[in-house]
Amino acid sequence: MTDQAQLLPGTLDLLILRAVSLGPLHGYGILLRIGQISGNALLIEQGALYPGLFRLVRQGLLKASWGTSENNRKAKFYELTAAGRKRLQEETDSWNRLAGAIACALAPQPEEA
Amino acid sequence: MKLLDGLRFRVAALLRRSQFNAEMEEELRSHIQHRADDLERSGLDRAQAERRARIEFGGREKYKEECHEALGNHLIETLLQDLRFSLRTLRKSPGFTIAAVLTLALAIGANAVVFAVLNALILNPRNVPQAKSLFGIEHGNDKSAWESYPDYLDLRDRNRSFDNLAAFTLAQAGLDSGKDPSSVWTYETSGNYFDALGIQPYLGRFFHGSDEHGPNSAPYIVLSYAYWHSHFQDDLGVAGHVVKLNKHPFTILGVAPPEFQGTLLFFSPDLWAPMVNQEQVDGLNVLDLRAHRGILMVLGHLKAGVAPAQAVADLNSIGADLERSYPKDDDKMSFILTRPGLLGDFLGRPAKAFLTGLMFLAGLILLAACANLGSLFAARAADRSREVALRLALGSSRKRILRQVFTEAVLISLAGGAAGLLGSVVLLREFSAWRPVPQFSCIHVPVNPDANVYLVALLLSLASGFLFGVVPVRQILRTHPYEVVKSGSAGRVRRQITLRDLLLVVQIAICAMLVTFSLVAVRGLLRSLHGNFGFEPRNTMLVNTVLSMAGYSGDRVPILQRRMIEAVEAISGVQSVGLINYPPLSTAVEPANVFTDQTTDLSPSNVAASSLLYTISPDYFRAAGTLLLQGRALSWQDDQTSTRVAVINRQFARKIFGSVPNAIGRCYKMGNGARIQVVGIVEDGKYLSLTEESQPAMFLPFLQTPSSWTTLVVRSQRDPQQLAAAIRSTLRDLDAGLPFDIKTWTEEMGGTLFAPHMATVSLGVLGLLGAMLAITGISGMAAYAVSRRLRELGIRIALGAQRREVLQAALGRPLKLLAFGSAVGLFLGILASRVLAFIVYQATPRDPLVLAGVVLAMLLLGLVATWIPAQRALSVDPLVLLREE
Repeated sequence: MTDQAQLLPGTLDLLILRAVSLGPLHGYGILLRIGQISGNALLIEQGALYPGLFRLVRQGLLKASWGTSENNRKAKFYELTAAGRKRLQEETDSWNRLAGAIACALAPQPEEA
Repeated sequence: MKLLDGLRFRVAALLRRSQFNAEMEEELRSHIQHRADDLERSGLDRAQAERRARIEFGGREKYKEECHEALGNHLIETLLQDLRFSLRTLRKSPGFTIAAVLTLALAIGANAVVFAVLNALILNPRNVPQAKSLFGIEHGNDKSAWESYPDYLDLRDRNRSFDNLAAFTLAQAGLDSGKDPSSVWTYETSGNYFDALGIQPYLGRFFHGSDEHGPNSAPYIVLSYAYWHSHFQDDLGVAGHVVKLNKHPFTILGVAPPEFQGTLLFFSPDLWAPMVNQEQVDGLNVLDLRAHRGILMVLGHLKAGVAPAQAVADLNSIGADLERSYPKDDDKMSFILTRPGLLGDFLGRPAKAFLTGLMFLAGLILLAACANLGSLFAARAADRSREVALRLALGSSRKRILRQVFTEAVLISLAGGAAGLLGSVVLLREFSAWRPVPQFSCIHVPVNPDANVYLVALLLSLASGFLFGVVPVRQILRTHPYEVVKSGSAGRVRRQITLRDLLLVVQIAICAMLVTFSLVAVRGLLRSLHGNFGFEPRNTMLVNTVLSMAGYSGDRVPILQRRMIEAVEAISGVQSVGLINYPPLSTAVEPANVFTDQTTDLSPSNVAASSLLYTISPDYFRAAGTLLLQGRALSWQDDQTSTRVAVINRQFARKIFGSVPNAIGRCYKMGNGARIQVVGIVEDGKYLSLTEESQPAMFLPFLQTPSSWTTLVVRSQRDPQQLAAAIRSTLRDLDAGLPFDIKTWTEEMGGTLFAPHMATVSLGVLGLLGAMLAITGISGMAAYAVSRRLRELGIRIALGAQRREVLQAALGRPLKLLAFGSAVGLFLGILASRVLAFIVYQATPRDPLVLAGVVLAMLLLGLVATWIPAQRALSVDPLVLLREE
């Protein structure tokens, strides 16, 4: 496995949690929501979403139930569990710390000016 | 618990699989439909929209697989998939599969058989209840278990470590139940024997310690199940019957259960009789003699909570006390505890050494088989590199491919293990029913495979599966899909030493070593059959009887013996007749202590030597073919009225008198003070076993030292069967009630040769297995080498190469490896053969015949193994090959 593949699932899981935190969604809906909140800046292969969803369900961060979509089609809806909400908070904090540190490190330093 | 839960979750997931799959399918379809709805809204028609949605979704099967993995329920499922796939690939190459399974079946079968014997005899004997706490008592100094009856009583009554101490010894007696008198093997036991061992009767009752009230007070016998079955036709009313044992009336009390066949693992008696009746059963009474160690073994269960070391300390303190109280009779009374089944160290040590050695060799066989299969697997992996590359290119992970290779390996090893185990169970059943020594129907080796054996076979199968499965791992990890697909299957011919070469050398070295062993053993056996025993067993017959069985005692014994000799001498065609109490190399004789003539204090500490004691008739040496070196043989004048004389062997002369020439005419003393003069010296012989060193022996005139045990040695050129009939009728005329048996001396020696025979057979079988493995190994390697280089060989032939050059190119390398491996194996075999000398008579690998034999055998193996590949190499047709390209 390459570094890229290892990085992606973790990030994807975080994005899924974030998308679902705004309300229950089915798989395709999650994809749309991620596109919407990220300004369509992230390219996600559609099928790759599902292993992530199953993993999060198994870890007890999401729960799933069948329902009917706005298109009047049968679909499986996902929503956050309490554990999922807690995990999202933690992951967001740690992501922000990491991103902040990296942004700080990459920012032009005074001696470069 | 966690593990169990996980497992349950997985099994449940597996069961829910179809439902789960349907749900997942539905969810993915829903996703695509939603996407298609969106695309349709942007202006595409429905069919186009759906197609586009499917493409955007990506590899659906791959994601489904990943979903399964994300749920953790892929393990069992992929295992099943691997199994199915492995079965399919194995079915596609039946030749490889059969060869691999057979190889392993042989190797694992050999291991299972050896381990089962080891388990039954040494690790886990189960012939008595609670065998774990049952110990025999053995003398620490000479590792012998023999004990005198008075000492036994002291040990029994004074120890505080055993629940109860029982004693037994072996005897042969004549049993007359109203029909034909026959000779039976008995255990003479202490009264408490059955109670001490915790055995319950199958029928009737047993005798007890309370039945003993002094000599000949307990005329009872207990039948073995087998004897009751064969001689009393399962008569349920047998208890209470009175039969004649050596002409004395004995009451049958009951029958022992079928699973109890005596306290020795290999010697099951026909009946048990109380030791207090020794005078009637054995014809002599040594119950009062403290110096006479006539009990074969004393044994008992340790009390709960008593450690063996405590028991030894307890026994030793009693022993020290006995030494103080009876300085004339008891000496070196220190004890150790042993397992009783193989008579403690007497048989236990050589058996353990031999079986451990055999187990080691069987392990080597398995190792060779693994090396063999490992190289086969590596070759297969190389041939399948295209397939592997293709699978990798299609997105399979290396882990998955490796797992599948291991599944294949373990599948083969389990199949091989199962086949091997089945074969070994059949073989062991035969072995258990086998009576190796016809005249001792009581000797057999019961081996019943138990859970331990099955477990070991399973573990060995799994271990070997992983062992040879691991060989191609590096190859697969290194496979580069792009390279392989580009360069095609022909690949490069690599010249450096590969793992496969190494495996082949290891395998051939092991095989050559085994071949060396088996040739050494066979040669040793051949020599032992034609060696010098100090007598000449050919053209002689032995007539065995014990006169006490027919009621003879005291002075009547030598009178009858003399009449027997004279009567048999009168038979036409008989050259000479000798008499000896026990013929050498058939029954164990008790050694006697000998003192120099100057010794006055005849206590055990002053013993000059311990010597075997035989009583013989004047003509014995002539009949037995023993060489008289000096002096005279015994004569009929050496009787009770004349001076006591003896003929001794060279070793005796060397040990007591310093040298052979000056021994004649000198005297020595026996333990009872009797002064004996040496009148002759004979050559040394083999007395107890074929592998023994020379040991002292003395031959006393039977008229001066009468013994009821009688063996007539009849030398004659006549046909054995006719002669036996003549002897039988002659002896019947003398006393119709005398039980005896007649056989040739060569037959009688079958018992002595049993151990070397077994050793030779087992080593021979292992050698054969080794040879077969060598053939499959070399031929596999050679065939592979040829098939890899067919194109090169075709070009060589097209360019005008001669047959010899083609062969050299094709088979040079395998043959070089064969030569190297054989040399290594031969060298190792020679080094390790010293070990064989313990059990195989005159086993020496420094024997030009053995060395030549090994070289020849390996050459032949190489020839056989490379024959087919060589033919294939020679028949390469360059035209056909080029057309195929």
